[in-house]
Amino acid sequence: MKILIKNGFVVDPSQKLEKKLDLLIENGKIIKLLSKINRSKGAKVIDAKNCVVCPGLIDIHTHLREPGHEEEETIATGTRAAAAGGITTVFCMPNTHPVIDNQTTVEFILLKAKKEGVVNVFPVGSITKGILGEELSEIGELKKAGVVGVTDDGEPVMNSKIMRRALEYSKMFNLPVISHCEDKNLSKDGVINEGLISTLLGLRGIPSQSEDIMVIRDIILSSLAGGKLHITHISTKKSVEYIRRAKKEGVNVTCDTAPHYFVLTENYIKGKKLEHVYDTNAKMKPPLRTQEDVDAIIEGLKDGTIDCIASDHAPHTLEEKSKEFDLAPFGIIGLETLLPLSVTFLYKKNKMSLLKLISKFTTNPSKIFNLKCGCLKEGFVADVTIFNPEEEFLVKKFVSKSCNSPFLGWKLKGKIKYTICNGKIVYST
Amino acid sequence: MTNKILFTKKHLLGLEDFTREEIKLILDTAKPFKNLFTRSIKKVPTLRGRSVVLLFYEASTRTRTSFELAAKRLSADTINIAVNVSSVKKGESLIDTAKTLESMKSDFIVIRHSYSGSPHILAKNVSSSIINAGDGFHEHPSQGLLDIYTVNEKKGRVAGLKVVIVGDILHSRVARSNLWGLTKLGAKVILCGPPTLIPKDVQKVSPSNIDIEYNLDKAIKDADVVNILRVQFERQMEHLFPSIREYSLLYGMNKERLSRAKNDVLILHPGPMNRGLEITSEVADSLNSVINEQVTNGIAVRMAILYLLSSVKE
Amino acid sequence: MKIVLNDEEIKNIIKTLAAEIVKRYKDLSQVALVGIHTNGVYIAKRLNEEIFILTGKKLNLGVVDITFYRDDIGLSDIIKLAKDTEINFDINGKEIILVDDVIYTGRTIRAAMEQILEIGRAKSITILALVDRGLRELPIYAEFVGKVIKTLPNQKIKVLLKEDNKLKKDKIVLYDE
Repeated sequence: MKILIKNGFVVDPSQKLEKKLDLLIENGKIIKLLSKINRSKGAKVIDAKNCVVCPGLIDIHTHLREPGHEEEETIATGTRAAAAGGITTVFCMPNTHPVIDNQTTVEFILLKAKKEGVVNVFPVGSITKGILGEELSEIGELKKAGVVGVTDDGEPVMNSKIMRRALEYSKMFNLPVISHCEDKNLSKDGVINEGLISTLLGLRGIPSQSEDIMVIRDIILSSLAGGKLHITHISTKKSVEYIRRAKKEGVNVTCDTAPHYFVLTENYIKGKKLEHVYDTNAKMKPPLRTQEDVDAIIEGLKDGTIDCIASDHAPHTLEEKSKEFDLAPFGIIGLETLLPLSVTFLYKKNKMSLLKLISKFTTNPSKIFNLKCGCLKEGFVADVTIFNPEEEFLVKKFVSKSCNSPFLGWKLKGKIKYTICNGKIVYST
Repeated sequence: MTNKILFTKKHLLGLEDFTREEIKLILDTAKPFKNLFTRSIKKVPTLRGRSVVLLFYEASTRTRTSFELAAKRLSADTINIAVNVSSVKKGESLIDTAKTLESMKSDFIVIRHSYSGSPHILAKNVSSSIINAGDGFHEHPSQGLLDIYTVNEKKGRVAGLKVVIVGDILHSRVARSNLWGLTKLGAKVILCGPPTLIPKDVQKVSPSNIDIEYNLDKAIKDADVVNILRVQFERQMEHLFPSIREYSLLYGMNKERLSRAKNDVLILHPGPMNRGLEITSEVADSLNSVINEQVTNGIAVRMAILYLLSSVKE
Repeated sequence: MKIVLNDEEIKNIIKTLAAEIVKRYKDLSQVALVGIHTNGVYIAKRLNEEIFILTGKKLNLGVVDITFYRDDIGLSDIIKLAKDTEINFDINGKEIILVDDVIYTGRTIRAAMEQILEIGRAKSITILALVDRGLRELPIYAEFVGKVIKTLPNQKIKVLLKEDNKLKKDKIVLYDE
């Protein structure tokens, strides 16, 4: 299959490229990237006028739920949701049932992804067996089976000694250890950020310090153990500060955040509209924080302290999310709103350059996790996203099997036009 | 005309949502209802034909019977639904229960639930008027109103009074409703309890009207009202205080402490009391105690709530 | 706006009605005036003064507030703040005269009657009104009436009495809405 993308504005951070170029794709590869390609025999022509053409996005934090919770999402539906969000590569988190702590589960996911998926699926293995925080998983075997990193996401590794061993052991495989930072003793039973809002709503709080304390612990451990530490979904001002300082001091640490941490604050749950009060679609871990934290996250994204933006796509069924706030599960979906929220709130509202913005989903994750995707260089795999940064659209429905999003009904900019994965159009409007 | 007031609230979810004027209106409306209680026929036909569902997910004798009596004295029909808390997780979801009640066309649902925000789930999903009879640690607005009614009745005003709320503020819905109501009406509130039981940022609710004092003896000095909260034994397990004994020594209201307070200080307690723990019998049965009047006033206040909410045009 | 009754006329009407009451009942000690909030209460008091002038005796005086007995709760978004009902005499066996300023649909009277019947078993209930504007919706008849005025449903009657308004004189006005 041949595809010719014409008149688009190409943004490729890997080549520091920001100009109008035409792009030719053939046999799953990028063949030509030139200022003008008139035509090519047999090629499907896409007119990308007014659109940005960029490397297919990489979402390093997705819960595909398969195996185990297929009522929430499957590899088939999750990858389609990713495609609808302009994402061509997803990292799927290991807190499935069974947990991705063995080769067989990795192989199952890769096989399923090949058969039923529409975008690249890279599994992430668990740090500890069964995500119990007690014994290391067979990280070498996991690596051999194809994982791109290890994490106990959803749970922190509370035992510092185990975290130290994980960082040390994974060094020999050059595998990043992705850390979910939360001190469980401090956050115990908490459901939203601790502060005035939790006090008023009578909900147990999760202090921001429960994140901060683990961020600093992991930074300290990484100087002891070495290894590649990647801290995921940071949400607090202090986390940004600690990581900024650690990077300056040469610690091998990287991090990501999710759009809701730079778009929403805890105030959402006490909103003026009755629908928003105790809305379980604003219940996630870490919880929505304060405006001060949001400002710090945006600053961290701008100055490069925060390397990536990931969706933390966490699908849950309507039944589960319709429960009382305390009983509803944590998490919101995010694949389909990842780019539009980033475009609307970082590029449009906070004047972040497109080049920098797109690097958060392409070159940066590619570098951290040693991937071969995330660029538009000739000869590389043809993962391409085409979106219109100015076009406004209403978030009406989702491709994902679940719809637990606080952004339903929002008007966002950055409409995805085409998603091309391995040279095939996997999504178009 | 002065006796005609616009009231547009459909639900009573919390006193936070109510204006000072609306709170005053409820208190003013409760008064004539209370006067009915001296008549041999205490019932009025006001809500004839209306139905009130009492949906209680937590055991509660006091609040449930008070609402039931209030509804019955207004001639409404009442239906009791007591749900075992342990079955919440396994059984029918609250939203399904709500939809069932919706189909029954009940005019009011009075809900008591151990999770904060449960009344809001009902309000979002059914067309009935929802009355929060206590949700988790959030609010217990009718209790707040009856406490304030009692204070106002005894003291003739609320504005300018110094009201101490003692105990587990962190887990208390009664404290939160009192806090909103009292500060809106201009009282000065002193929250008193160990720092582990004072919720974060609570002073921000109304910085100039709220003080925090860990020492009960200091707090009750010059106090006009002391509202004593029930201490819950399970909090000790969460390391919030070392022992019931130490709690009682630091925060128990006894005769000696009472003697150092103002002569006419009012003692309130939302009940049920742990006599000998947060309050001694001498204090509970003293002339300063208005604990039994709180119960009587509770019915009048709840009649006023039902009456006012039912007056709202669909 | 049209003045239906002026200060002088109202005064005379109350005098006449007081005389009618005295004439009608043999044993005045068994008669009670019960005013309906708010104007009915003032009128009942004035009647009692007149009766005192005529006979040297005062009747039992009571007050009813019909708020809790209304039949239009939820039909209007105006809240009527309830006032107290005060019947401080034994109602059993009494001849009750319900006093109101204007009798119109009859619904207020119905509500007041219901309340009185709940309090006790009166021997009889009769109705007194300064103005009968007609347009009854219930089969209710006022025995003592100051003045009958034919009105239309879209018209309003306002009774302004000295007790309630900082006016020097009473007046009753009729106007179109």
